[in-house]
Amino acid sequence: MQKPALRLQVSHPSDERKPAILAYILRRFAILILSLLIAAVVLFVLLRLLPGDPANALLSVGADQQQIEAAREQVGSNLPLHEQFLRFVGSLARFDLGTSFVSGKPVIEEIATRLTVTVPLALLGFVLAVIIAVPLGILSAVKAHRWYGAAISTVSQLGIAIPVFWVGILLVTVFAVNLRLFPSGGYPRRGWQNEGQVLYALALPVLTIGLVMAASLIRYIRSATQDVLGSDYLRTARALGASFPEALIRHGIRNGAVPIVSILGIELATTLLGAVVVERVFALPGLGSMLLLAIEQRDYPNVQGVLFISTLLVLLIGFAADLAQRVIDPRLRERATGAAT
Amino acid sequence: MTGNTIDFSTLSGQGRKGGRSVFAAATLAMALSTSTAALAQDAKFDPDASIVIGSLYEPQNLDNTAGAGQGINEAFNGNVYEALFTLTDAGDVAPGLAAEQTISEDGLTYTFKLKPNVTFHSGDPLTAQDVKYSIERVVAPDSKSSRKKSLATISEIQTPDDQTVVVKLSVRSISLPYNLSYVWIVNDAAKDLNAKEDGTGPYRLDEWRRGSSLALTRNDKYWGTAPTNGEVVFQYFTDATALNNALLTGAVDVITSVQSPDSIAQFKDNADFTVTAGQSTTKELLAFNDRVEPFNNVKVRKAIARAIDDKKLLQSIWGEYGTLIGSFVPPTDPWYVDLTAVDAYDVESAKALLKEAGFADGFSFKLDTPNYDPHPIVAQFLQSELAKVGIKVEINIITANEWYTKVYKAHDFQATLQEHVNHRDIVFYGNPDFYWGYNNPAVVDLIKASEAASNTDEQTAKLTEANRIIAEDAASNWLYLYPQIVVSSSAVTGYPVNGLNSQFFAYNIKKSAN
Repeated sequence: MQKPALRLQVSHPSDERKPAILAYILRRFAILILSLLIAAVVLFVLLRLLPGDPANALLSVGADQQQIEAAREQVGSNLPLHEQFLRFVGSLARFDLGTSFVSGKPVIEEIATRLTVTVPLALLGFVLAVIIAVPLGILSAVKAHRWYGAAISTVSQLGIAIPVFWVGILLVTVFAVNLRLFPSGGYPRRGWQNEGQVLYALALPVLTIGLVMAASLIRYIRSATQDVLGSDYLRTARALGASFPEALIRHGIRNGAVPIVSILGIELATTLLGAVVVERVFALPGLGSMLLLAIEQRDYPNVQGVLFISTLLVLLIGFAADLAQRVIDPRLRERATGAAT
Repeated sequence: MTGNTIDFSTLSGQGRKGGRSVFAAATLAMALSTSTAALAQDAKFDPDASIVIGSLYEPQNLDNTAGAGQGINEAFNGNVYEALFTLTDAGDVAPGLAAEQTISEDGLTYTFKLKPNVTFHSGDPLTAQDVKYSIERVVAPDSKSSRKKSLATISEIQTPDDQTVVVKLSVRSISLPYNLSYVWIVNDAAKDLNAKEDGTGPYRLDEWRRGSSLALTRNDKYWGTAPTNGEVVFQYFTDATALNNALLTGAVDVITSVQSPDSIAQFKDNADFTVTAGQSTTKELLAFNDRVEPFNNVKVRKAIARAIDDKKLLQSIWGEYGTLIGSFVPPTDPWYVDLTAVDAYDVESAKALLKEAGFADGFSFKLDTPNYDPHPIVAQFLQSELAKVGIKVEINIITANEWYTKVYKAHDFQATLQEHVNHRDIVFYGNPDFYWGYNNPAVVDLIKASEAASNTDEQTAKLTEANRIIAEDAASNWLYLYPQIVVSSSAVTGYPVNGLNSQFFAYNIKKSAN
């Protein structure tokens, strides 16, 4: 009897909600495009601030003046900056990321191949982190006064202090070099044509990301749970007769999830970018190692391409997290309605 | 059997250059012990084995005239593509696709007869047209081959019939066969060599997964001796530790070139692995700008050479590995002579020379130091060594790109550190416009004359002479020769140990059957 009463508080007539949400999505999408444009400008300027001509990357040590000129022409570094910029934005608009200085292949093609490594790596690591962190985080908040509650908090605190590459090296030493359970690195030649091998190769990298990310997630989930535990609505729910687990699951999780979703969005984005380090430790041919290599070789189109796609992914994740929050939390929808009308 | 061939060539290489140093003897002993081991394993090697080669040098693309980097030579030279001549692991030039060569009296016309019945991987037969096309590809205006200049003496290439190539030169060039060992013979009908291949070698390209691996599979229609394995996979790493771990866990069979001295310890005293120290051609150099004060003074350069304890430096960087050199010429060049006694370490005489040169109180200079290993460490070592004779070194860290622009192109430097990797590159001292600006007319003439020599003995004699002069002039300060360390699983034998020109011939590698 009490439950419907509670739900009534937060429900809205659906015909009113739909256009509001649509307007919100449109507005949010406009912001996304604008951010992307700003990112493109920043990217272009930062890369051009570096000393040295990118054409040098193409030349061998014995290059003569004629070769140098040809290389400059090929990479476009002989053009005035504003022309280079117009070219850059123009091709971005066509989703053409150019061709690599070094390999001569379309950048987008290589990024697509690399994403088949990085995306599964980041997503699996993320899922693992959530699987570890949600129960442990809640447990450490609910049982804060017990020894294991305190232990979880302490260990997660420690986990935050440890750099990700160190965890990777440690896991390699233990599970690959000593126990020989998993490969120390590398990626199967045929990629996803052999899923088993890919998962085997990704096991330790995923574990590395999962553990490190779980450490910081536990803390967020713990404090979110603590907030919920001290909240009036939970007390009310209990007062209305719900058992503690029932009240926590039915009301606590949904409320606690709101701040967590935005944290999850940030964490997922961080993981995608943080894959640079993990990919290097485990010799994985992902987006991160592509970026590192491209920087070393001054392969401007590749650097630009990877950074642009990464930015796009991060913005999209933020977009998705915002939408998810709105779906979870009716109060935000309320505000959206108010703003739209 | 084939394992022996490699060891034999190493032995003959050593023999040719004579008794040299303790190091040579050690290599000899190692080569002998390897050959015994190879014999023991010959009986049960797996002819279809897949050999996984771990390397830090992934090629940028698959075309060595398109700036692919040293990685492509490692993977493709001799394995996928062959040349008219082959630079063997011992540093000799042996016939490749050329069955015989005739040189005209004036040395300006070379006639090559091609080996019969050679086919490309695509099935097309090898013809003189392909050879002409391949050479022209390297000297073309848009070619980025490092050998382009050395082949500039070619004035015309004729193909009187399918099996004969006639190369005409504008001036004598005794190094032509050697230089041609860098020229891949490709099918003139082949397209998109950046991403594909069409060579004549014992392996064909199976698959290249960028950022990860490059797989070669045995060419069953190969004209020569078939490889002793079925497949070769180059697995690429960007991190040396990850590469070492891969070998430790059996994910790779052999590492082409170990660059971190610290990591050798974990393999050395372990029966599961073989550590082989060959001789590289990579020289660590303190290069002066010989045009500017005070380095235009021979006495100052000699004093600096005497003030630096190269042995201590080498030891602190490479431990027991590496070789001391007295000039720019490594032992695998035919004109090597031991010149380590010239300007040997002697602080007192260094001080005396400085005094003679008018720098009794020393001086200070700026050392442009590339920001990657081992240069910063070397710079610090030099700083403390030279402080003992009153010379103050100001270390200026620069990137590789800055080095190229500032030092190499603009000659805007006092002194710099650099590693020079090429084989037979003493010729740089015959070019007064080279970045270090060494200009001794006697050396310029000798190097020019050596190229116009009528036979290799004359060439060797002239370059040996040039070699002695640059050492006496302390044209640069040659700190040490990098070791070339190959580490493998002990189940694998028959790989090249010197890795000249970054080559890594895979066709003699054997893997024991279990």
